[in-house]
Amino acid sequence: MAEKKMRQIAIYGKGGIGKSTTTQNTVAGLAQLGKKVLIIGCDPKADSTRLILHAKAQETVMDKVRELGTVEDLELDDVLRVGYGGIKCVESGGPEPGVGCAGRGVITAINFCEEEGAYTPDLDFVFYDVLGDVVCGGFAMPIRENKAQEIYIVVSGEMMAMYAANNIAKGIVKYASSGSVRLAGLICNSRNTDREADLIEALAKRLGTQMIHFVPRDNQVQRAELRRMTVIEYSPEHPQAQEYRELARKIDENKMFVVPTPIEIEELEELLMEFGIMEADDETIVGVAESA
Amino acid sequence: MSTTTAVKPMTEHSAEEIERVKNWINSEEYKEKNFAREALVVNPAHACQPLGAQMVAHGFEGSLPFIHGSQGCASYFRSTFSRHFREPACATSDAMTEDGAVFGGQNNLFEGLENAYALYKPKVIPVFTTCMPEVIGDDLTAFIRNAKIKGHIPEELPTPYANTPSFNGTHIHGYDSMLKAMLEYLTEGHKKEGADNGKLNLIPGFDGNTGNLREYKRYFDAMGIDYTVLADISDVFDSVCDGTYRMYSGGTPLDAAADSINAKATISLMKYSTLNCMKWLEQNYSGKNNILPLPMGIRKTDEFLMALSEMFDKPIPAELKAERGRAVDAMTDAHQYIHGKKFAVAGDPDYLLGIVSFLLEMGAVPYHILCSRSNKKFKKEMEALLATSPLYGAQGTVYVNKDLWHMRSLCMTDPVDGIIGDTHCKWVARDAKIPLFRIGFPIMDRVNLHRTPVIGYNGAVSLLTGIVNKFLDTVDETCEDQWFEMMR
Repeated sequence: MAEKKMRQIAIYGKGGIGKSTTTQNTVAGLAQLGKKVLIIGCDPKADSTRLILHAKAQETVMDKVRELGTVEDLELDDVLRVGYGGIKCVESGGPEPGVGCAGRGVITAINFCEEEGAYTPDLDFVFYDVLGDVVCGGFAMPIRENKAQEIYIVVSGEMMAMYAANNIAKGIVKYASSGSVRLAGLICNSRNTDREADLIEALAKRLGTQMIHFVPRDNQVQRAELRRMTVIEYSPEHPQAQEYRELARKIDENKMFVVPTPIEIEELEELLMEFGIMEADDETIVGVAESA
Repeated sequence: MSTTTAVKPMTEHSAEEIERVKNWINSEEYKEKNFAREALVVNPAHACQPLGAQMVAHGFEGSLPFIHGSQGCASYFRSTFSRHFREPACATSDAMTEDGAVFGGQNNLFEGLENAYALYKPKVIPVFTTCMPEVIGDDLTAFIRNAKIKGHIPEELPTPYANTPSFNGTHIHGYDSMLKAMLEYLTEGHKKEGADNGKLNLIPGFDGNTGNLREYKRYFDAMGIDYTVLADISDVFDSVCDGTYRMYSGGTPLDAAADSINAKATISLMKYSTLNCMKWLEQNYSGKNNILPLPMGIRKTDEFLMALSEMFDKPIPAELKAERGRAVDAMTDAHQYIHGKKFAVAGDPDYLLGIVSFLLEMGAVPYHILCSRSNKKFKKEMEALLATSPLYGAQGTVYVNKDLWHMRSLCMTDPVDGIIGDTHCKWVARDAKIPLFRIGFPIMDRVNLHRTPVIGYNGAVSLLTGIVNKFLDTVDETCEDQWFEMMR
C-alpha cells in the first residue's frame, strides 16, 4: 500500500475575516469525508478549536508552559484534545497583549508538536489557523521550513481584506523562492458586497490563483457558533453545511498550487475602481482643509 | 578480545588540496576576497554590551550585578572576567528560558531579584539585559518598579538599570550605559548647591588593568588630591588572599558615589567608552568635566598630570618628575631595538589611541591599526594622530569594522615585526610567526598582566620592557649559532 502523504495547510487572512470559523467548518467537512485532521491554532487568542471541541477555550501549549515553567516537562497528552469527527486539536496560545512575544509562542508550540510526535502518519491533513496580522517571523512559522505547503487566504469583497490578501501573497512569494510553499486559492467568505464573487475571481486571476469557493453569508453559522458547534455538526442538512462540505471536497481534490504574482497597490486600486468599490482619487482636494 | 575502532577522517580532501588552500589563504588574492566579505565576522576584537555593563556593575561597594536574560550569556560574562583576572566574578542572572521569551521576563526578574537579595544581601543590584529581553521589548522600568511594589525587594534597595542589547554596539557602549545609570541613580537627591566637595572623580573607562587603577590612585595621593574612582574594580578583581572569603570586596563606596555629583572636577580617560555618560555628567555635575586621552607614553601622561595640576592648583611632585626622567632614560636605552619596527595593533578605540601614541614616541611604526567595531570619528582621530608623525605615523593604515581574520590577511601579505592586542590575536601571531605582545581585554593565556600598569611613566617602561624583551627572546630562539651573542 502506498504511503499516504500528509498535507499541511495554513489558513491566512485579514483579522476578523472568519478564518477560524471557515477552518473549523471545512475541517468538519473533511472529517465527514473520512479524513484524519489535526488543527493547530496559531493565535494567542486561542479560538481556533472551540467549535470542534465544544469548549470555551482549549488549554494551550503556552498555558501549560507557563504553569510548568518549562517546555521540557510538557507532554502531548496535556495539550492535545480530540473533538468532533476525531479531529485532533492543539492551540499554541501566548502572552497577554502588550508583553512578551506571541510569535515566539507559535514557534515554541509548533516545535513542541513536532518533537512530541503530534504529526502521526495516519493524518491526512494538518491545518494551521494563523493570527490575521503576520507581524513577525513567528507567525510565518507555519510556512517556514517547508511545514505548510498549501496556503489558502480567506478574503471578502471588502477593500482592506483584499489589501491583506495581496500582502499575504507577497509573504508567500518570499518563502516560495526558498521552499515548496504554494498559494492554493482564495476562499471568499462573503460579506454581501456588490459583485463580490466576480471581484474575488478577478483578484484571484491577478494573483495567479483561483477562487476555490464562494461561501455565502448565512446566519446559520452564528446560530451554530452560539452552541460552540460547526454548522456541519449542528445542522448537517442545512444548505450552509453543504457549502462547507463543497469547500472541503474542493480542497481535498485541489491540484492548483502556484507561486503567487502579487500586484502593485496601484493595480489593486484600479481593480477596486473597476468594480466600483473605490472611486478615483481627486488630487485637487488632497491636503486642503475645509475652511480653505 | 581485541576491537578495532574506525577513525573517521576529519576531511575528505586530499593532503595536496589541504596544503594548496593553506597557502592560498595567505595570498594577496585571498586578502582581496577577505576584505570584500560583507556578511560574516570572524574572530572580532570586541565583546557585547552586557559584558561592559557588568564591569561597571562590579565596581561599586556591595554590588551584585544582575543579568536580566539567559543563563548562558551570564556564564560567558562571568567566565570571561574570571579567566582574565583569575578571580571569581560574582554576578547573577534571572535565567530566562523559552517561557520567559514568550510571556516576557517579569516573573523571572521578580524571583531572581528576591532570591539574589535574600541569599547574598547586596547593597546595590545593578540590572542590565541581554539580547532576548531586548528583542521582545521587556520594560525594565516597569518590571523593577513592580518588583518593589509587590515586595520582592525592599523599596530602598538601589536598583540602577540599563538596557544593554548585545546586538548593538560593543562592551564599551554597555560600560557607558551602565555607568550613566549607576550615577543617575546613586546621585539622585545628593546635589548640594554652592561649594563643591573639593574632590576629583576619575572614570577610568573599560579597562581590564587593575594595575592602571592603582597607578592613578598613586598619582592622586602623591599630588595630595582627594579622589573617587567611579566603578573602581581594582580591589574587586585584584583582591587580597588572606584566608577570608569576601563575597564583596572593594568597589566605589556608595556614599562616595552619591557625593560624586558635588565634585570639583571629573575626568574620563576613555572618550569612546563614556560618551553618553559624560554628556549626562556635563548637564548634571556642576564641577569641571574633562575627557582626557588614556595616559600612555610620555606625552599623554604629561598631559594628564598637567591637567590635574592645573585643575587642583597643585604642583607636580618631585617623585613623579623623577619617574618621568627614569622613563625617558629607559626609552633612550632601549630605542634602538624598537625604532623603525612595524606593528599591527588591535583593540578598543581609546586603548588604540594610547598604544599608537606610545609607539610613535619610540619611533616605531604603527602599521596595521584595527578596531573591529567603531566609527568614522574614531578613524579620523586616529588618522590625525598618525599625521602628527610624517616619518612613522604616515605609514600606518586604520581599519575600522574589520575583524582579526582581516588582520590575519594583512599580517600574511604585508608582514610586521610585532603584534599588540589581546589574547584573541594569538592565532594571527601563530600563523604569521610574529611575536604577540599582550595588552587589553581579555588576556586569558598569560598571568598577572592585568596587575602591571601600562599607563603613566612606569607603564611606558613596562610596555617597552615587555615589547623589546619579546623581540630579543625571539632573536635568541631563532638565530643561527654564529649570531647567538652574550650581549644584545
